[in-house]
Amino acid sequence: MTIKNRAYIMGAYEHPTRKAPDKSTAQLHAECARGALADAGLTKDDVDGYFCAGDAPGMGPLSMAEYMDLRLRHVDATDIGGSSYLMLVSHAAQAIAAGKCSVALITLAGRPRSEKPRAPNPMQPEAPWEWPYGIATLNAYALCAQRHMYEYGTTSEQLAWIKVAASHHAQHNPHAMLRDVVTVQDVLASPMVADPLHRMDCCVVSDGGGALIVTSPEVARSLKRPRVSVIGAGESVKHTMGGRVDLTYSAARVSGPIAFAEAGVTQADIQYASIYDSFTITVLMQLEDLGFCEKGQGGRFVADGNLISGVGRLPFNTDGGGLCNNHPANRGGITKIIEAVRQLRGEAHPAVQVPNCNLALAHGTGGLLGTRHGSATLILERQS
Amino acid sequence: MTQRIISAPIVTPETEHFWQAAQQGRFLLRRCTACHETHWYPRAICPFCLGDTVWQEHPGAGTIYSWTVMRREAAPFAMGYVALDDGPTMLADFTGIEFDRLKIGMRVKLAWSDTVNGAKMPSFTGG
Repeated sequence: MTIKNRAYIMGAYEHPTRKAPDKSTAQLHAECARGALADAGLTKDDVDGYFCAGDAPGMGPLSMAEYMDLRLRHVDATDIGGSSYLMLVSHAAQAIAAGKCSVALITLAGRPRSEKPRAPNPMQPEAPWEWPYGIATLNAYALCAQRHMYEYGTTSEQLAWIKVAASHHAQHNPHAMLRDVVTVQDVLASPMVADPLHRMDCCVVSDGGGALIVTSPEVARSLKRPRVSVIGAGESVKHTMGGRVDLTYSAARVSGPIAFAEAGVTQADIQYASIYDSFTITVLMQLEDLGFCEKGQGGRFVADGNLISGVGRLPFNTDGGGLCNNHPANRGGITKIIEAVRQLRGEAHPAVQVPNCNLALAHGTGGLLGTRHGSATLILERQS
Repeated sequence: MTQRIISAPIVTPETEHFWQAAQQGRFLLRRCTACHETHWYPRAICPFCLGDTVWQEHPGAGTIYSWTVMRREAAPFAMGYVALDDGPTMLADFTGIEFDRLKIGMRVKLAWSDTVNGAKMPSFTGG
């Protein structure tokens, strides 16, 4: 069974807030749900499938279904960090194709700027062997960047180009946290936070969220919005492999080919790409593993503005991405999908809109690239 | 410079013996009785073939596979992956090495670090 053309993203909403000290996390989820339903032209009572991940408060779909009084016949709470929401689109498409639901609601929301992080679970088996060493998101990704530089000669200047491209896009987004255009020199002059990553190699921390509506073809045809078809999806995980550690590649090496094969398209066909950008190195490794360039050539690929819309070959993260715009709940997956939907609808900011954008890719990484992570790839097509 | 405080190890029934041996200065890996491969982190069940495993001492020498320095902390610290000689690659911190000297391929050897409750954690220092 394929999901190709069996489900459509018909609603997308990115919460405008970037700091929400006066709201609860459940409230933010519900505000995002309301926004996505309004965007699709549907109501709460149309929703029969609900999908959320670890950012949802309480017992995930149980608590949120009650908060919003959803009456459901299908739920899914797959949680692999920031990649969850791309997986959830795929799972929603699978559920719709199997007849388990016809209007799927996916929500993400969180308040990392306004509340303390939840304590991690000390019973996770890797915890005794990592936590005492001060493992964190930042140094786990820095270890990948360090090894990539060693193996392939990647430079800090090349990584900086990814941030530069994101900043060129963010200047047009009134909601973006960082709207100043920066240069390679600016990135290199920012403080070294975890060798070889500088502060400007890192994404923002923001409160907020987003939501998506995925529907059956029948429901999609009844709505007025442009139809964005899910034509390919892949997912995988990668870890330390029993101590046979290899930091030079990510699970995108598995998820990407699955998605491309299902969609029946190639990298050269992709007009716009949303690439998870927790750090600049995240983007570089995913571009290589998704096959947009050869392994080790990511540095050359991203340099000289190749990711800037209207300038380079592969416009990416035209909302400013996690590096400049928004990284709600420390999970950027859903904003990756939302900006891809905007591009395919022709609703991105005119300064960054890709002309006649019919085919886009969205990719997410969840967890820590330097230890264990999930990867999820979606290929989306506008259909009239 | 502020001294970094290392939290006490999390001891589980599966790995209790590792920490007892560490207290005596012995560094143990798990080796599979079926496929004979050693792995990291230590598990009762071999991740390669799901066979049973036994403890085996390792000399604790290896090379740095990757490293980083967390510079924003009150007490900046270095950590990374060490590829053990004829063994798995493991995460650890680096002690007694000037940050400027850290590089991939550098020889390192085991150096036990004290934690808050007196238990020992494996760290690595210049070899």
